[in-house]
Amino acid sequence: MTGPEARLARLRGRSLPRSHNARTIAALASNPGCARRAILDAAGADKQRLAAYAGFPAPFGQSRFALARGNAFEAQVKAEGAAQLLTLLRTHLNLPIPEAHYDDLGEVGGNASLDLRHARTRTLLARAAASQDEAGTMFDHPLLRLEVGGRHAFLEPDLVAFRLHGRFHVIEIKSFAVIDGQADGDKVAAAAIQSAVYVLALRDALAEQHIPPEAVSHETILVCPENFSNRPVAVSLDVRKQLTVLRRQLSRMARIADLLDLLPPDLTFDLDPDRDGVPRRRPAELAAAIRQVEARYAPECLSTCEMCFFCRDEARGCTAALGRDAREELGGVEHVQTVLRLAGRIDRPAPGTDLAEAAALLRQAARLRAEALREAV
Amino acid sequence: MSTLTSLARAMAAASGTAQPACTVRHVHLSPRPLVFIPLALAGEANAPLAALVGDDPGAPNLLVVPEPRDRDLRFAFAADLAAVVLRYTASYCADQEPTGGRDPGLRYADAPQLLVPNPGGIAFTRLLGRSTRFRRAEGPYAVAESVPVLGRWLTFFADRTESPASSLMLAATDALSAHWATGQSPAEDRNLAVLLGWIDPPPGMSGAQAAALAEDPLRSPPTGPATDPTFDNEVLDQRILAVRTARLTGGGRAYQRAEAALTDALATQLTPTWTLMWRAAELLRGLPEAAHVRRRWDADKDAFTWHAGHIREGGPPQPRRDGAVSAAGRLANTERVQEMVAAQRAFDDPLVMAEYRMTGEAFAGRVAAAEPDRVDATGRRRVLRPRVTVETGDAVLAEPGATLTSPARPSQKARVIAVTEANGRTRVLLELQGGMGRALTPEPGSVPAIGEPVCYAAFGDGYQPPPAFPASEDTPWTHGGPPPRYVPADEDAREDWS
Repeated sequence: MTGPEARLARLRGRSLPRSHNARTIAALASNPGCARRAILDAAGADKQRLAAYAGFPAPFGQSRFALARGNAFEAQVKAEGAAQLLTLLRTHLNLPIPEAHYDDLGEVGGNASLDLRHARTRTLLARAAASQDEAGTMFDHPLLRLEVGGRHAFLEPDLVAFRLHGRFHVIEIKSFAVIDGQADGDKVAAAAIQSAVYVLALRDALAEQHIPPEAVSHETILVCPENFSNRPVAVSLDVRKQLTVLRRQLSRMARIADLLDLLPPDLTFDLDPDRDGVPRRRPAELAAAIRQVEARYAPECLSTCEMCFFCRDEARGCTAALGRDAREELGGVEHVQTVLRLAGRIDRPAPGTDLAEAAALLRQAARLRAEALREAV
Repeated sequence: MSTLTSLARAMAAASGTAQPACTVRHVHLSPRPLVFIPLALAGEANAPLAALVGDDPGAPNLLVVPEPRDRDLRFAFAADLAAVVLRYTASYCADQEPTGGRDPGLRYADAPQLLVPNPGGIAFTRLLGRSTRFRRAEGPYAVAESVPVLGRWLTFFADRTESPASSLMLAATDALSAHWATGQSPAEDRNLAVLLGWIDPPPGMSGAQAAALAEDPLRSPPTGPATDPTFDNEVLDQRILAVRTARLTGGGRAYQRAEAALTDALATQLTPTWTLMWRAAELLRGLPEAAHVRRRWDADKDAFTWHAGHIREGGPPQPRRDGAVSAAGRLANTERVQEMVAAQRAFDDPLVMAEYRMTGEAFAGRVAAAEPDRVDATGRRRVLRPRVTVETGDAVLAEPGATLTSPARPSQKARVIAVTEANGRTRVLLELQGGMGRALTPEPGSVPAIGEPVCYAAFGDGYQPPPAFPASEDTPWTHGGPPPRYVPADEDAREDWS
């Protein structure tokens, strides 16, 4: 076995594979140039565990209170065939849904294999798209698929897709509050990009059945608690912009197979567990293995990627570690030491080069800064 | 961010020590601020868990909600907080001073100042204000009388943070990172413990080392309102469960024990931040105050005086949402104030002015030639119009005809007559008007002398009058017509808080 699947399995080693979700795809798409994240995610590696074992545990975890609240809210709106959700959509979308179908796609005759579930999701969605039935249908636990870096990633959204007047709407249930019609901007942005991932995957699934993309609306529905209560409220999100960004970023991503070709054939992130599952691999050796795959660290990774502290440590001394803006404002110069040598006229690059332009900028900044500080004394 | 501050970050990263980003302090700092450190329960919209609050570094008030999901206990917490906050604001409602200018009115001689650790603290304050200001002291779900008043004050403080000119409420991380550049990214500067590690490391340690240590949540618990998830899962969960169990089984001594254990655990999370907050205040106080800060604080005192009067006279609480006219007015005002503050900061601080010199919006140099007694006789009346030539090594964007202002002589206008370049230096010929007295010879010192270092900018620090907006009752139909007057509704007072 030498195909990409076998290579990825070898990279992952003996740990259980982790699957992609809308959040990981959104994170990956926000930094499409990072081969490390692309490879680790494609291999289904447990990044949290690897980072911790290499000595750089991720700076975030999930509070059990937040988890409980999120699950309780979702369970509440979906209870009894999504009764609350239906009432809400009836008023929000002005739906004439006297009766609506509710299909749970969680299992197929007791069999929960991914391929089987995906096939069933596709069939049911296509049938719904073709039918003339005006009654809405909700699909709970559909299993979708999206091509990421030339490979299929399965997406198991807890969302419900709703069909109305011949169009599907993606519904995202989140437990952050909408207060007086306003919600936390960062959280809404994250929800929008996740919804966009599902819209894209849903369109892909329908395209295989020759159903045009317009069958899936770019208006997704966000369901959140209202004000300080547990009462759900629905708002529409237009995710056209997110769809454009996602599509562009996904197309910019290198193919996983090409990335694999750059790596040594025997590379693995296996922790060499003994019979009780206790890892025996030397942490330094694992770190060296991880470093074989190139990363592109930016401070944004600190809130989205489990490997962030590992990569930040590696990026020490790089202007990128100070932020994307900082790097640009420093004339795109890669290393902090180079910046200071250029600013201090120690390095004098040949005129006409890009570096000469950066040097002029930095020298001027250093001169103005020194002058201003002298003046202030 | 600019090339100058990014260069400062690069220097900080290389040296392991934070670098100054300003030479003076651009915010007002009260001699007696009220430090407020709230903690919230994860996953909820606005469930207060605990707070450390007070105006005396030696006497913090620890407030705890023993069962964060219990509505009554939340309002009890709000009442406890109200006792501290309202006593503090009331202490500023005594001494008065004339407002000055043409207005003969009086205002309070000083104003309160709320300090929270980070922007999250401001957002929490805004939500706590929102969830308490509509409550009522009578009827169903009655709360203590002080609770809605607290809500109105918290809303007032949080609203003022939208104005870049206001210092009534400050987030410590924002204030510190505006004055110091660290060797890390702006995103990482939002951690107060880490930021202070860079700026003020303990003896024998570099800023970078102290910052790295401060990243450990066990050593430096998060500065709120979010708690450390590990703390939630391993400590908080059991202790809240113990309180709940003790309440269900009849309370008594078991309840007191459980509550004390929870309080202790929360105190360990809050106390380190309390120390950090006062250290942050001390560091900021150590910087000399910028020249325009006093004038901006006067506007804060006016706002405080107005709001205190509004509450005293029984005015309604702030509405849930702005009407069209007030929203437009607020936006226009924020933009205008932002421009004004940016100009004032540059005039007060050569390091901020350097940013404008970098982009060519300002230049500094020396006076190479001067005709201080030049009189323009071409008009109907002879007028004093001295000319000076400034030689600078900075890039100059200004073109003939442009009007410039110098921080040293803000009431004087300088019109650009000619710009010439020679040997990589630029000579700018300026004609001066105003700020020289009434005679045909300038008052001593009012015209820059040969050899004097000067700086000229393409902007002034002057006051721009606000644009005219219709009164709220004249809102045009295009904007929905006059908004209904906000009347507190019963529904608002009884709103869920789960």
